[in-house]
Amino acid sequence: MLKKLYPDKILSLNNRWTVILSILMILIIFVGLIYALFISPPDYIQGDSVRIMYVHVPSSFISLGCFAFIGIASIFSLIFKIKFTPLIAKSLAPIGTVFTLVSIVTGSLWGKPTWGVWWVWDARLTSMVILFCFYIAYILTWKFINDFNKANKISSIIGIVGMFNLPVIKYSVDWWHTLHQPSSITLTSAPTIHYTMLIPLIIMLFGLIIYSLIIFLMKYKTEIMKFKLEKKK
Amino acid sequence: MLSKKVKLKIFYLIFLLFCISIFIFLILKSLEDNIVYFFSPTEIYNKPTISLNKKIRLGGLVKEGSTQKKDSSINFIITDLKNEIIVSYNGLLPNLFAEGKGVIAEGQLTDKKYFIAEKILAKHDENYMPPEVKKAIENSN
Repeated sequence: MLKKLYPDKILSLNNRWTVILSILMILIIFVGLIYALFISPPDYIQGDSVRIMYVHVPSSFISLGCFAFIGIASIFSLIFKIKFTPLIAKSLAPIGTVFTLVSIVTGSLWGKPTWGVWWVWDARLTSMVILFCFYIAYILTWKFINDFNKANKISSIIGIVGMFNLPVIKYSVDWWHTLHQPSSITLTSAPTIHYTMLIPLIIMLFGLIIYSLIIFLMKYKTEIMKFKLEKKK
Repeated sequence: MLSKKVKLKIFYLIFLLFCISIFIFLILKSLEDNIVYFFSPTEIYNKPTISLNKKIRLGGLVKEGSTQKKDSSINFIITDLKNEIIVSYNGLLPNLFAEGKGVIAEGQLTDKKYFIAEKILAKHDENYMPPEVKKAIENSN
């Protein structure tokens, strides 16, 4: 599996793959949006604002997932000095940043009609802002430090330390009283979300994951090319 | 298989991660009172010292049948099914404010049983369902 991510494999990756994935993504998101916006029912108390969830939850999922991968890649690049793991992490960072922002903004839009406020500093929302700061710090390290090895070291430390924030985000709603509601979908018990709403949520999640994958592959390929050019100089 | 240098690095990293997690745990533990967004009535009852006339947040469920409206002011009871606190509020309520639903009141305690709210937030729970399903559940009860 990891071998598929070797630089030479990625460089020889045909553009056809991107096209196939893009078509698949457009189809899935099209179906997902139709389902989410028209077929799925409104919620019994939130009404139509429940539809914001179909973008909000997948975005949050991807933003946490991306950082988890960045953290793991950071550990690998610190211990084993593998040249391509920092490139993987570096390519994932912008995707995660954008989805964190989408998650925060959509959450805020949902919060106003539901809670009555745009923003509160409860544990879940605050830890999400901290995640955003870690993403920004990670990206800026690569931008401002020109020496590859030095940038790799510092950004890896940011990636590893930031990983500790992930369980805090995930379990903040269980550990402390928060305004944000606990998870509706857990591994241990049945989802507390009706299946007519769960289906579009899962379709949207798949669509946005494929979207992230496309952006990742494109970015990763560019990073490898840049890295090889640097080396030749 | 792994060289000595790599092994040393792994041990060092594990040690470091362990230290960081303990460090973070201690910070979060000591900040607990500031991290929690609101207190439940029971927590307020169990507090050895309650600070009156200081802004705090109280959260729980709006007790069924407890809301009394008079002009623009409203009285209701926040309960966590063990203890209750009477809340009085003057102002606009969020649309999702309803009896039996979650609510958070921001304001001051005048004593352990009475709370004057300046702001009311509706708390949504983790249940999502279409109105028909809700009706069906209510009918079967």
